[in-house]
Amino acid sequence: MSVLGPGWTALFYLVAAVCFILALKGLSSPRTARRGNAIGAAGAFVAVVTVFLSAKLENIPLIIAAVAVGSAVAVPVARRVQMTQMPQLVALFNGVGGGAAALVAVLELGHSEDPWVRLAVVFTMLIGAVSFAGSAVTVGKLQELISTRPLLFPGMPVLMGAVVLGAVAACGFVVATGSVGWAVALLVLGIVAGLLLVLPVGGADVPIVISLLNAFTGLAVAASGIVLGNVLLLVAGTLVGASGTILTKVMAAAMGRGVTGIMFGAFRGGSTAGSTEQSDRPVRSSSPEDVAVQLGYAQRVVIVPGYGLAVAQGQHTIAELATALAARGVEVVFAIHPVAGRMPGHMNVLLAEANVPYEALKELEEANPEFPNTDVALIVGANDVVNPAAKSTPGAPIYGMPILEVALAGQVVFLKRSMRPGFAGIENELLFDPKTTLLFGDAKDSLTRVLGAVKAL
Amino acid sequence: MMDPITLLTVVVLAVFVGFEVVSKVTSKLHTPLMSGANAIHGIILVGAIIVAGQASDPWLLTVALIAVVLATVNLVGGFVVTDRMLEMFGSRNPARPRAGAGEDGT
Repeated sequence: MSVLGPGWTALFYLVAAVCFILALKGLSSPRTARRGNAIGAAGAFVAVVTVFLSAKLENIPLIIAAVAVGSAVAVPVARRVQMTQMPQLVALFNGVGGGAAALVAVLELGHSEDPWVRLAVVFTMLIGAVSFAGSAVTVGKLQELISTRPLLFPGMPVLMGAVVLGAVAACGFVVATGSVGWAVALLVLGIVAGLLLVLPVGGADVPIVISLLNAFTGLAVAASGIVLGNVLLLVAGTLVGASGTILTKVMAAAMGRGVTGIMFGAFRGGSTAGSTEQSDRPVRSSSPEDVAVQLGYAQRVVIVPGYGLAVAQGQHTIAELATALAARGVEVVFAIHPVAGRMPGHMNVLLAEANVPYEALKELEEANPEFPNTDVALIVGANDVVNPAAKSTPGAPIYGMPILEVALAGQVVFLKRSMRPGFAGIENELLFDPKTTLLFGDAKDSLTRVLGAVKAL
Repeated sequence: MMDPITLLTVVVLAVFVGFEVVSKVTSKLHTPLMSGANAIHGIILVGAIIVAGQASDPWLLTVALIAVVLATVNLVGGFVVTDRMLEMFGSRNPARPRAGAGEDGT
């Protein structure tokens, strides 16, 4: 249908673009975030209706069916996913977006004569394919389908170099000849490059990579806007590319890392340092009753929640424990490391789900100066974010990351599943400190028993 | 295709807007913001619909329809999952307004 003329089409696309800008703006502040997201969705709806009404389209029933299939797949998954698995899902959605952009570019190759447009085609294909494959690897790492440790094999840098050269050559051939065969080769090379780029990234750095790949997909979509002569795609893609780049830098800074160090650290060697094996050095283990006494008679307790809490679905129990302690007159706050959980800001989402008051959540800069006045630091299912190796061991994968300085508290209690090292794969010296006690077990079980003991005090 | 200078102007302005809108975001909102930005690039759906609507050959149409499905998953799933995350932030008393923070005059 061509109900809308070019003028109206452009106008509606402009409305959609403005909605996207307002969406990003709204998402930057807690009060306006949800409304911002709704505005973004409304903009997307306007854009999709506009394309149906403006372009001369064949196959409309099939297209609508495909949209219905996509929605039928996406909505239930998005509605039901566990909050702990959120990072995987975001990575997955990002990957399929990159894949879609690459396919769109391949299909437009036949309509593209201008070498500049073909350049945009190869850019979209390459970046889209890298984002698709790279996101697939991050999903695998987060689900622990593949090792979270940096994966390297001899000759990897050489192979990477060869793939990059091959991709550049394929780009050249596609731009010069418009050959579909070379375009398919370019897609394959892009996928291999995406795999090689992300496999060497250690588990702790995966969230940064997701953010970076998100920016990549944005750039691929922007380039597809040039391919199709569609200003909305150009603007929306550029917005995401730019904001995603900034977000990646901000997140990397929160971890005390540079983005290039994360992406290429493993290639340079050294980032795999640190112990991989469980130590059999002695630790002091404790009972739920002892922990309850420590907590119940303290004046100030700081709880440091980590991914282990989320995995055990213990966020509701810990909220109850905090309430029970507060009822005894204990001051309880939560110290949230920026990368607690598996994605920056992830722990805030989880604790919000359990109705922990916003005021009780302290960010790293607020929490650290208060540790010396804290009687007990209770670390639940966290490890890397309190690991002093980040300050003391140059060469450790997390070296330079700001940590929560729980060692300054009077006593330190770890609730841990086992002595297994954290996501970054390095041992934590603090576990062997004389003022540290450990309570082993599933975080939720341990919390339930501690909670029972606190109530019985 | 549009005039290259016009396109360049659009790109440069969009880059600055993109930098500007997220530069002050608190780390509490990093996950929803990433997820929301992720949903926005699902707008590649518009491109996928255009290529599917122009595909003549059954093979090309098949590939284009796959692109439509993938793009829809990105777009629809992205907005839904972001909303779910933010629903949890919103279900409590509004955030204590902190002096200075969040008041950026727009």
